[in-house]
Amino acid sequence: MAKILSYEEKDTWIHRLSGVTKLIFFLLWCLTSMLTYDTRVLVVMLIFSLVVFKISKTRWSQVGAVFKLVMVFLAFNVFAIYLFSPDQGTAIYGTRTVLFHIAGRYDVTLEQLFYELNVVIKYFTIIPAVFMFLVTTNPSEFAASMNKVGISYNVGYAISIALRYIPDVQSEFTKIKHAQEARGIEMSGKASFINRIKNTAAIIFPLIFSSMDRIDVVSNAMELRGYGKHKKRTWYMEKKLLRNDYLTIGFTMLFTAAALLITFADGSRFYNPFV
Amino acid sequence: MEPIIEFKDFSFKYRAQKEPTLRNINLSIMSGEKVLIVGPSGSGKSTLAHCINGLVPFSWSGEITGSLRIAGKNPADLGLFGLSKIVGTVLQDTDGQFIGLTVAEDIAFALENDMTPQEEMFRKVNEVAEMVDVKGLLDHAPRELSGGQKQRVSMAGVMVDDVKILLFDEPLANLDPATGKRAIAMIDQIREKRNTTIVIIEHRLEDALYRDVDRIIVVGDGRIVTDTTPDELLCGDILNRQGIREPLYVTAIKHAGGKISPKDKPQHIESMHLEPYAQKVREWFDRTEAKKPKADTPSVLKVEDLYFSYVEGRPILQHIHFDIHKGEMVSIVGKNGAGKSTLSNLICGFYEPTRGRILLNGQDMAPLSIKERGEKIGLVMQSPNQMISKPMIFEEVALGLQVRGVSQEEIGERVNETLKICGLYPFRNWPVSALSFGQKKRVSIASILVMKPEVLILDEPTAGQDYRHYTEIMEFLKEINENSGITIIMITHDMHLMLEYTDRAIVIADGHLIADDTPAKVLTNETIADKAYLKKTSLYDLALDCQIEDPSEFVERFIAYEREKRGKEDQGNG
Amino acid sequence: MKFKFGIKEVVAIGIGTALFVALTEIQIPTPIPNTYLQPRMAVMAFLAAVFGPVVGGVVGILGHALGDAMFYGSVWWSWVFPDGLVGLVIGLFAAKYAVKEGGFTSTKAIVLFNVVQVAVNAAAWMLLAPALDILIYAEPMEKLLSQGAAAFLGNILIIGILGTLLCAGYSKIGAKSSSLTKED
Repeated sequence: MAKILSYEEKDTWIHRLSGVTKLIFFLLWCLTSMLTYDTRVLVVMLIFSLVVFKISKTRWSQVGAVFKLVMVFLAFNVFAIYLFSPDQGTAIYGTRTVLFHIAGRYDVTLEQLFYELNVVIKYFTIIPAVFMFLVTTNPSEFAASMNKVGISYNVGYAISIALRYIPDVQSEFTKIKHAQEARGIEMSGKASFINRIKNTAAIIFPLIFSSMDRIDVVSNAMELRGYGKHKKRTWYMEKKLLRNDYLTIGFTMLFTAAALLITFADGSRFYNPFV
Repeated sequence: MEPIIEFKDFSFKYRAQKEPTLRNINLSIMSGEKVLIVGPSGSGKSTLAHCINGLVPFSWSGEITGSLRIAGKNPADLGLFGLSKIVGTVLQDTDGQFIGLTVAEDIAFALENDMTPQEEMFRKVNEVAEMVDVKGLLDHAPRELSGGQKQRVSMAGVMVDDVKILLFDEPLANLDPATGKRAIAMIDQIREKRNTTIVIIEHRLEDALYRDVDRIIVVGDGRIVTDTTPDELLCGDILNRQGIREPLYVTAIKHAGGKISPKDKPQHIESMHLEPYAQKVREWFDRTEAKKPKADTPSVLKVEDLYFSYVEGRPILQHIHFDIHKGEMVSIVGKNGAGKSTLSNLICGFYEPTRGRILLNGQDMAPLSIKERGEKIGLVMQSPNQMISKPMIFEEVALGLQVRGVSQEEIGERVNETLKICGLYPFRNWPVSALSFGQKKRVSIASILVMKPEVLILDEPTAGQDYRHYTEIMEFLKEINENSGITIIMITHDMHLMLEYTDRAIVIADGHLIADDTPAKVLTNETIADKAYLKKTSLYDLALDCQIEDPSEFVERFIAYEREKRGKEDQGNG
Repeated sequence: MKFKFGIKEVVAIGIGTALFVALTEIQIPTPIPNTYLQPRMAVMAFLAAVFGPVVGGVVGILGHALGDAMFYGSVWWSWVFPDGLVGLVIGLFAAKYAVKEGGFTSTKAIVLFNVVQVAVNAAAWMLLAPALDILIYAEPMEKLLSQGAAAFLGNILIIGILGTLLCAGYSKIGAKSSSLTKED
C-alpha cells in the first residue's frame, strides 16, 4: 500500500489552531491560487507557503513519497501543455520571443516558458497547503470544524466515518485481493484487457457486499445511540477559537482580498512582463 | 415490583415473511436481574433482543400482536431514541459499533447527540472509561485496539447514558477464550456497581456461565422453550434437544452415567459438589479407550526457522518451525494478533519471510507465485462473503478453473464432482443468495477444493456459528479429510474445535511458537493456556476433582468417546 | 421525486467515500497509452444507483478530493466537481433502476443506467472539466479537450462494464428466489 498522508501529533502553533481556522485558510488559499495568474502574487504565496511549512515542523519522511509522485504528475502536465499548445504563452501575453526552434510548429518562446513557470508555481503554492492541512489537522476535530462553519453535521459526520473506516476498508480489500489471487484471479499480470476488468470485478464484488453489510451495522449502531435526535449536536473534540485563530482568519481574508485586488487591478488575471 | 421488561402474549412477524418469527412470548425480567437468552441460529433470539432495543419495529418493520412494556412504558410511545436512554445495546460486531475516530469520541457519541456541554462530556467519559478500564487508551484509534478493548469501549459508550438495561448480543463471538472470560467478569462488575439489568444473548453457554446468572431462557422456533435457573437447566436434556452445547464437564458426567441434581449446583465446575459423581466418572475413565494414533505419513508442509517483520526491528514472527504430515488435521491457535494470520499469509505467499523456508513435499516454495501456490495450498477465508464473487453457485465453484484455462468439459466434470462431495449438487443452478450461511461456507470451501489442493487452510472456520452449524461444517471437513486424505490446517481460537477435531495444536504467542502438542495436552497446561490467551478446559478441573491422575488422558478419552458416539448417531441417521 | 436523507445515507456517504479512497490506487491500464480505468468510478456509480443522487454526488466530490489529497498531495478541483456531477445525475434515476429490489436484471434498467451514465460523463468531462480547467489553470483548449475525451472514454467504459456488473450482481442477490427446486 502506498504511503498516504495522515495526521501526526505535534506541538506547534499551527497544530494548536482550530480546524475551522485551517479549513478556512485552506479553502481561501486554494481559491486565491486558482484565480490568480499574477506572478507577483504567486511568488509571495509560494514563499509564504514554504515558510509556514517550515514552521509546522513537518518532516520530509511524512510527505516525501507523495511529493515525488506529485512531481511526476507535474512534469507530465507541463510537458503535455507544451505538446498540445506550444504557443499558449503567446496567446496569453500577446508577444512572441523565440529562443530557439525545435521542429515543425514547436518553437521555444520566452512567453511559453514564463506561462509554464506560472503553472508550476501555482502547483507549488497549493501543495504545501494540502500537505499541511492533512498532517496538522486532527481528523477528530475536523467534523466539529465543518459543523461550526455552518455545514450540516451530517456532512461532517459522513467525513468522520470515511476517515474512521478507510483503514478498515483498505485492510479488507487487501485480504480479499490476496484470497482471490490464490484462486488465480489477478488484477495485474498478463491478462487481457477484458479479463482484467472481469478479475477486478471478482475482487471488488465481495468488497462491495461486505461494505453494504457494514453500512447496515453502522447505521443501526448509530441509531441505537441516538444519532440524529436533535437538529444540533455538540462535539467532544471541539476546540474553542483563540486569539491566534482570529488573527489567522483575519489575515487570510485580508490576504485573499489584497491578492485578488492586485491581480485584477489591470482587468486581466495575468501579470504581463512582456509589454 | 413491576418487571422492567415484560412481554405478554407477544408475537412478531417481519413484513417480508409469511410466518411469525416470535410466537406467544410471555416473559418478565425484573430490575437488576441478570438473564441469559440462549437458542440456535434462527430460533428468534436475536429478534427478541431487537424487540427490546427497538430495532424491531423501528428499523425492521412488521406486525406485532400482544404487548411489550419496557420500564413500564410502551416502546411505540418511547420511539427508538427514547428507548436508547433505557436500553443500551452492545453489538457483536465491535468494529461496526466503534464509530468514533478515537476511544474518547466513541464513548462520547451518545452524549454529543444529546447536545451535552463539552465539560460535562469530559467528566462522564472519564468516569465510565475508568469503570471498564480503558482510561489509558482514550486517544487511541480503533485499529490500535484489540477486540476485547473495542468491546469494552462499546460497553462504555452505552453506559454514559445511565441506561437501566444492558443488552449484549453474542458478546463472546469474536473474542479469544481468555478475553471472553474477562468480558463476562466485566459485565458482572458493571452490574454490581450500577445495579443494571443485564440481558445476554449467547450460545456459548459454558463461557457465558463463567459468572452467575439468575435465569436462562431457552428460545427455540420462535417460542420460549424454558425459563429456569442454570442449575435446573443443566440437569435436564433441553439443551441437547435445542442444539445448544452443554458445559463439557456436564456432558462428561452424563456420559459416565451420573444423573445431575440441581442441589449439587452444576452452574460452575469450581463450586459444584462432585462427590456424588466422582466414583462414576473414575469408572467411566477406566473403561473408556483413547483413540488410536493415526499411522505415520510423510511430511507435506514443513516450516523451517521462519522469521517475519513488516518493519525492521519489530518482528511479528520469530523462529517458527513445525512439520505437518499428510492427512493431518492441525489447529494453529493463539490470541488475536499473535501472528496466526501472518503465518498463513506467509504460507500462501502473500508476503515473503524475512528469514527461513517453507517446504511443500520437501520442495522450497519460495520460487512459486501466489497463483501457483494456490493450486497446492487452498485458503478459505473466515466469512464466505469475503470470497464469493459470482451470483450463481456453479460459476463460483468453476471460477478458479476458468481463470486457469481448463477446458469447459473438464470444468463441468470437476465442478460437479466437487459439488457432490460438498453436498451442493442439487443446488448447482441456484443463486448463491438463496443459500444459508453454512451452505455459503460450503460453497467457498468447494470453490477451493475444486482445484484439488494438497493442503487446505481455513481461517476461523466456525466463527459466529451455533453448535448445529459448527458440527455440520466440522463433520464435513472431517469427512473430506478422511476420504480424500487432504491435509487441513485451521486457524482458530475456538477451543472446542481444536479439542474435538484436530490431532495437533500449534500454539503461537507474541510471535513465538510456544507449543506443538495434542490439544488435550495444550488445554490442560496452565502456563501455555495463559500465555496463548486460551482457557484450560473444564474437563481438566473435573478430572482433578475426581482424583484422576492424568487429566490430559481423561480429555483424550472424552474426545474419543464423543467422536465415536457422533459416528454412531450419523450411521443411525444415514 | 423525493429523496430520503437519513442515517443510512450519512453512513453510505461515509463508507462509500472510504471505499472510493481505498480504491484510488487501483487502476487498470487500457490499450490506449496513458489512459487508465478507475474502478472507483464504477463503485461510485453503483452507490449512486443504490442510494440516490445525494450519496452519489457527495461520494464523488468527497472521495475524489480526499483521495487526491491523501495519495497525491494536491486537489484538482476541476476534476473533483465533474465526479460529483456524474454521481449526482446517475443517482437521480435510482428509483427507476430499483437495484436493491432486484430490478436491475431487466434490460430496460440496464439500458437506462448506461444512457444516463454516457450522457452525464459527456457533460462532465467534455464540458464541465475543461471549463473549470480554463477558469483555474488557463490551460490550452486542445490539451483539455483531449484530456477530457480520454477521461470520458475511460469512465464510460469502466462504469459501463464494471458498474453494470456490480449493479446487476447486487440486484440478482436481492431478487426473490421463490421458484427454485433441487435437482438430482
